[in-house]
Amino acid sequence: MSNRGIVSFFRRNAVAYMFLLPWLIGFFALTLYPMLYSLFLGFTDYDFTKPDSTQVIGFANYMKMFGSVFNAQNITAPTGEVMRVDPYYIKSLSVTFIYVFASVPIKLAFALFVAMLMNQKLRFIPLYRAIYYIPTLLGGSVAVAVLWRKLFEKDGLINAILGSFGFTDLPGWITNPSYALSTLILLSVWQFGSSMIIFLAGLKQIPMEYYEAASIDGANKRKQFFTITMPLLSPIIFFNLVMQMISAFQAFTQAYIIGGGKGGVMNSTLFYTLHLYIQGWTYHEMGYASAMAWVLLLIIGLLTAIVFKSSNSWVSYGSGE
Amino acid sequence: MTHLFIIVLGLAMLYPVLWMITSSLKPNNMIFSDTSLIPKAVTLENYVSGWKGYAGISFSKFFANSLGLCLAAIVANLASCSMAAYAFGRLKFAGKNLWFSIMMITLMLPAHVTLVPRYILFNTFGWVGSYLPIVVPKFLATDAFFVFLLVQFIRSLPTDLDEAAIIDGCGKVGIYFRIVLPLATPAIITTALFTFLWTWDDFFNHLLYLTKPETYTVSRALRTFVGDAGAVSNWGGAMAMSTLSMIPCFVLFFSLQKYFVQGIATTGIKG
Repeated sequence: MSNRGIVSFFRRNAVAYMFLLPWLIGFFALTLYPMLYSLFLGFTDYDFTKPDSTQVIGFANYMKMFGSVFNAQNITAPTGEVMRVDPYYIKSLSVTFIYVFASVPIKLAFALFVAMLMNQKLRFIPLYRAIYYIPTLLGGSVAVAVLWRKLFEKDGLINAILGSFGFTDLPGWITNPSYALSTLILLSVWQFGSSMIIFLAGLKQIPMEYYEAASIDGANKRKQFFTITMPLLSPIIFFNLVMQMISAFQAFTQAYIIGGGKGGVMNSTLFYTLHLYIQGWTYHEMGYASAMAWVLLLIIGLLTAIVFKSSNSWVSYGSGE
Repeated sequence: MTHLFIIVLGLAMLYPVLWMITSSLKPNNMIFSDTSLIPKAVTLENYVSGWKGYAGISFSKFFANSLGLCLAAIVANLASCSMAAYAFGRLKFAGKNLWFSIMMITLMLPAHVTLVPRYILFNTFGWVGSYLPIVVPKFLATDAFFVFLLVQFIRSLPTDLDEAAIIDGCGKVGIYFRIVLPLATPAIITTALFTFLWTWDDFFNHLLYLTKPETYTVSRALRTFVGDAGAVSNWGGAMAMSTLSMIPCFVLFFSLQKYFVQGIATTGIKG
């Protein structure tokens, strides 16, 4: 490029890059560099209280995670150091998978149900929509997590209500390892509000004529739902599915508060991110925490890719013919 | 009939929240047994005991901290995200498509892959224990959701005003300040709202970085009601302060409801 070319190239782009500058600095300094650095830390035994003794230990952190699958108690790092296999990693993985695969579909189904309920020419719909959004408005807060504990304790509100209907011998839902995770899934489903609003916006785009034509042809409500509503809404369902799945994998606050900073009774609510936090910040195993974060990224990436791939067969972007 | 169903279902869903609010007004010994929404005896003792706070610092400090942090976060997000969004939504430049796709990818990135290095970085700067690790990233447009929201909105704005402004001698910077920002007011309000809510309710970053009780925010301070084994000693106080912590969210939501709906519907922001 000639001198003159460089000058004119600079002139054409300088202002735009000036506007982009904060984001660019943020991207390089707070996203790209930390990502690469945490990838590297995942191969070390970095401890933030004694950073000078950091050693590269190869895949030892990854063996620590998955060693229990092969019934290993200890693994030997390339440095010769013997390390204990993480006995709770697989547990945290399974807790998180159950949480994601239960909460996301139930939440989306419920959100769609309520959205269809709201998609009618009724008075007060804006008011109803606002009321149904309140759980989502408050749901992520510490306040609601504290409330949830109170609701599902042995002497909590839910048992008091069930007791008044004559049920006896009720468990302490939060303190019983068989039920603790279900209360967190319920808490997540309760926050269906944003999916509902997105579905409602999508439902309003579907022309009423389609339904009228279908009912003239003799299609009942059920048939109309599967041949008109579902196909036309499929891009929105797909979008909601991806976004809810990504955020469900990162759930933290509720499990942290309800478990009192730990994984709950018998680690029944040891979410992946909670385990990561405990490893990194309670035990200062930040190299291990970094490796865990990368596995989480790979899991989310892989599942998102699978959903994208499968979308060819169930998401229609046509005009509805 | 549909009305009745919607109302009953709605009430069932709101019941826990309503119960919490009324329970905060009940005497401590009645909270456990009373399932009704109408307190048999009304008292403010829970508010008095809860307000005392933690480590000798009262909730007036925690509320002031939260409010200050939220305002700083709003200023930071509005400045940085609107600048990036103006570049992506209105300007032509080399590499635009590449940067935009990278920005969209960061939307989906779990925060945890950057967590440890960011913590180390902020610790090196001596920022751990202050609000800087929470506010400074927002000045660098790391909340890509809002860049996306504003880009979507700015793209939908008509461009004929720009041409008139250029003829009048307005440059790209002038168009940003005089045309795009004023026209983007609805999206800016949405951004400010969600920034407030997410910062107000955020717990993880406050847990990581706010290590001293005098810097605690409301959400961080509420956690001190729950003991390490998960036991709560002062339920009444916990309920009362939790109720108070929800008030700002309620007020903003009901006064600015249409911006919520717009924001969620156009970007699919999680709530």
